[in-house]
Amino acid sequence: MAGAPDERNSGSRAEGGLATDPDLPPPAVDEARLEAEDRKWTPAKIALWAAIALMGGVAWFMLAIIRGETVNAIWFVFASVCTYLIGYRFYSKVIERYITKPDDRRATPAEYKADGKDYVRTDRNVLFGHHFAAIAGAGPLVGPVIAAQMGYLPGTIWIIVGVVFAGAVQDYLVLFFSMRRGGRSLGQMAREELGVIGGTAALIATLLIMVIIVAILALVVVNALGESPWGVFSVGMTIPIALFMGVYLRYLRPGKVMEVSIIGFVLLMAAIIGGGLVAQTEWGATVFHLDKVTIAWGLIMYGFIAAILPVWLLLAPRDYLSTFMKIGVIVMLALAIIVVRPEVNVPAFSEFAGRENGPVFSGALFPFLFVTIACGALSGFHALISSGTTPKLVEKERQTRYIGFGGMLMESFVAIMALVAAISIDRGLYFAMNAPAALTGGTVETAATWVNSLGLAGVNISPDLLSETARNVGEQSIVSRTGGAPTLAVGLAHIMHQFVGGTAMMGFWYHFAIMFEALFILTAVDAGTRVARFMLQDSIGNFVPKFKEASWRPGAWLCTAIMVLAWGAVLLMGVTDPLGGINTLFPLFGIANQLLAAIALAVCLAIVAKRGTFKYLWMVALPLAFAAVVTITASYQKIFSSTPAVGYFANNAAFSKALADGKKEFGTAKSVAAMEAVVRNTAIQGWLSVIFVVLSIIVIATAVLATAKAFRDRAAGTATTDNEDPAVPSRVFAPAGLAPTTAERELAAEWGNVPADARVERAGH
Amino acid sequence: MTSTGIALVASGFRGFARHLGGVMGADAYAKYLEHHRSAGHQEAPMSEREFWRDRTDRQDTNPQGRCC
Repeated sequence: MAGAPDERNSGSRAEGGLATDPDLPPPAVDEARLEAEDRKWTPAKIALWAAIALMGGVAWFMLAIIRGETVNAIWFVFASVCTYLIGYRFYSKVIERYITKPDDRRATPAEYKADGKDYVRTDRNVLFGHHFAAIAGAGPLVGPVIAAQMGYLPGTIWIIVGVVFAGAVQDYLVLFFSMRRGGRSLGQMAREELGVIGGTAALIATLLIMVIIVAILALVVVNALGESPWGVFSVGMTIPIALFMGVYLRYLRPGKVMEVSIIGFVLLMAAIIGGGLVAQTEWGATVFHLDKVTIAWGLIMYGFIAAILPVWLLLAPRDYLSTFMKIGVIVMLALAIIVVRPEVNVPAFSEFAGRENGPVFSGALFPFLFVTIACGALSGFHALISSGTTPKLVEKERQTRYIGFGGMLMESFVAIMALVAAISIDRGLYFAMNAPAALTGGTVETAATWVNSLGLAGVNISPDLLSETARNVGEQSIVSRTGGAPTLAVGLAHIMHQFVGGTAMMGFWYHFAIMFEALFILTAVDAGTRVARFMLQDSIGNFVPKFKEASWRPGAWLCTAIMVLAWGAVLLMGVTDPLGGINTLFPLFGIANQLLAAIALAVCLAIVAKRGTFKYLWMVALPLAFAAVVTITASYQKIFSSTPAVGYFANNAAFSKALADGKKEFGTAKSVAAMEAVVRNTAIQGWLSVIFVVLSIIVIATAVLATAKAFRDRAAGTATTDNEDPAVPSRVFAPAGLAPTTAERELAAEWGNVPADARVERAGH
Repeated sequence: MTSTGIALVASGFRGFARHLGGVMGADAYAKYLEHHRSAGHQEAPMSEREFWRDRTDRQDTNPQGRCC
């Protein structure tokens, strides 16, 4: 050992010294050594990064500049992975150095609050997987598919560049600041940093946003399962499978998580195969052939029951199943794309890139592409995860960059793969599947005629292709299967059948994809309802204290019912919408998600300013400004645009006028009832947009005020209040990244020689 | 030669399974015991069955979001 711990810790970037235990090896790699490792550029290292940069450059050139007939999917992989590597190695390090300034000499909540249950030091690579599984769901699989309407390039650029400068920055900062505050939630941080007004606005906005997000995710499932006996059977079977797993884990073999997950996975595969057989029988096709409204009601009832059942019975086991599937699916998708390397015949910019009346989602490229792809580029929902479980499990402060920033890059990669899967199918097929039935007419003939009338370059689809594809994937029809999930499933089946199984397996792969998307979404619906219910109970509890008692059944049931009815109403509105549902509602999902991101970044901005980091404030202000401009512009257009396809109120006025004029049908609404539905829906959607944007502007304004105050205080020399938990010296060490560096390996070896009982202080609680 | 190869594959697979188990949270009880031991609690630790019951029951009143 060289030098006393105090000397070794000198020259630290962190403010103030922290007395670590002199009897133990230092809990952090020496700053100077760390600096030297970072700054030293050996020829091999230079060659490696030059190669990565070159590779990425070539891939971007192939995607963006070369205009051939087709482009190979492998370039998407290279462009994204090389950009992620560079962003991670360089940009996130700048954030670490100048904004977060982690100090490994400080214990994390998992160390100083350790209780063996919620606060547990977790191996960084395990936590990376855990965090990734918690943030990634159906969102990154759906948004990019819908955005493919505009061609592949706008979406690809936004997913890859957006994640590096916005999404990953948000996730990393929220994770880090929440960790410094003992794992406090975003809502609590907003209240502390922004005061009562900003905090309350953030809370209400979060609650409303969760309702919208759950509703639209549910809409994706309903659209995927409507009129699909195979899908209804196999997804329906996940409920008894999860119940069985729950009972197994509670009573038969407690704690055998892997065992029960494997059993569940086998049963799930059986359910998919069984679904194909059942759907072929006459009774199966009749019993499980449900229309969308019935499925929506089923989902609403399911949502209520699932949210009041004990966690062990349904949510916990399905969570295991969902995590297991998530990891498997993503590895499979990556392997398939790399092995099959499909050719993409979608143009970089499609005919709809310059228009605002696209059939899949309405609105111009700016801002609507940037809200359509939320998850995968910038997702506010992640702030709830990054300030939830993960900060309570982090072992060392410096690991937050790998887990927060790196985890989000991984999700972005999932979004890229979903995009590739969606654009590897025929373009005509894409539009026939993703346009609402009001446009396609719902039959293969009308759909083919409509698609061919769009005048898209190179598109000439025959009704036969539509019916043959439907037959191959085991569906009665694939026309107007909006929502993104069925398109991704066809894309996945298209890629996977070249890899395993041939055409005979396409039905299996299609329903495999529908199954995992439904599984992710049902878990999110259930968990989201629970979280929202608690937030509501907590809020009502400020006025009626009894509601704060989580175990008070009537309160819990009432609040669950309110939340389910809230998202259920939006879901039914989407399902019955004469205008198509997804194309009008999906932008609202993205706007809600991005507004949550703006709120999270606003809180981070105030925190960074209070820490006195003004020079690099732009690294937070940049994504915040972008998210604010995009969402506020999108909301503005949704509220004030005079184009009925874009503006909710313009549409509302057009239909109201038609009704007043005594018209019996108008546009895609073929009856007076349908016209009345449009008037009602657009009014609700419009007012929701108004409420969201007002709340978000309040939060952003309070954050800017807090930032300005921090700046004035700093200039005047006034001390600012710091809401971090007090620093506790750490008594453990672990490397920061995927693989340990030389210095980290040496220090870890030193720690390896310390007897186990000397390492952890006996708190004696 | 082949036996070392098999051993290598086996240990790699075990490592992967352990990692996957960690991600799923299968090792939660082992970690709880480790914490209990090192924190020097006087009372006996919960049994495996009690621990998992406690874990899911606490989630009833402390739900964790799952992302979209």
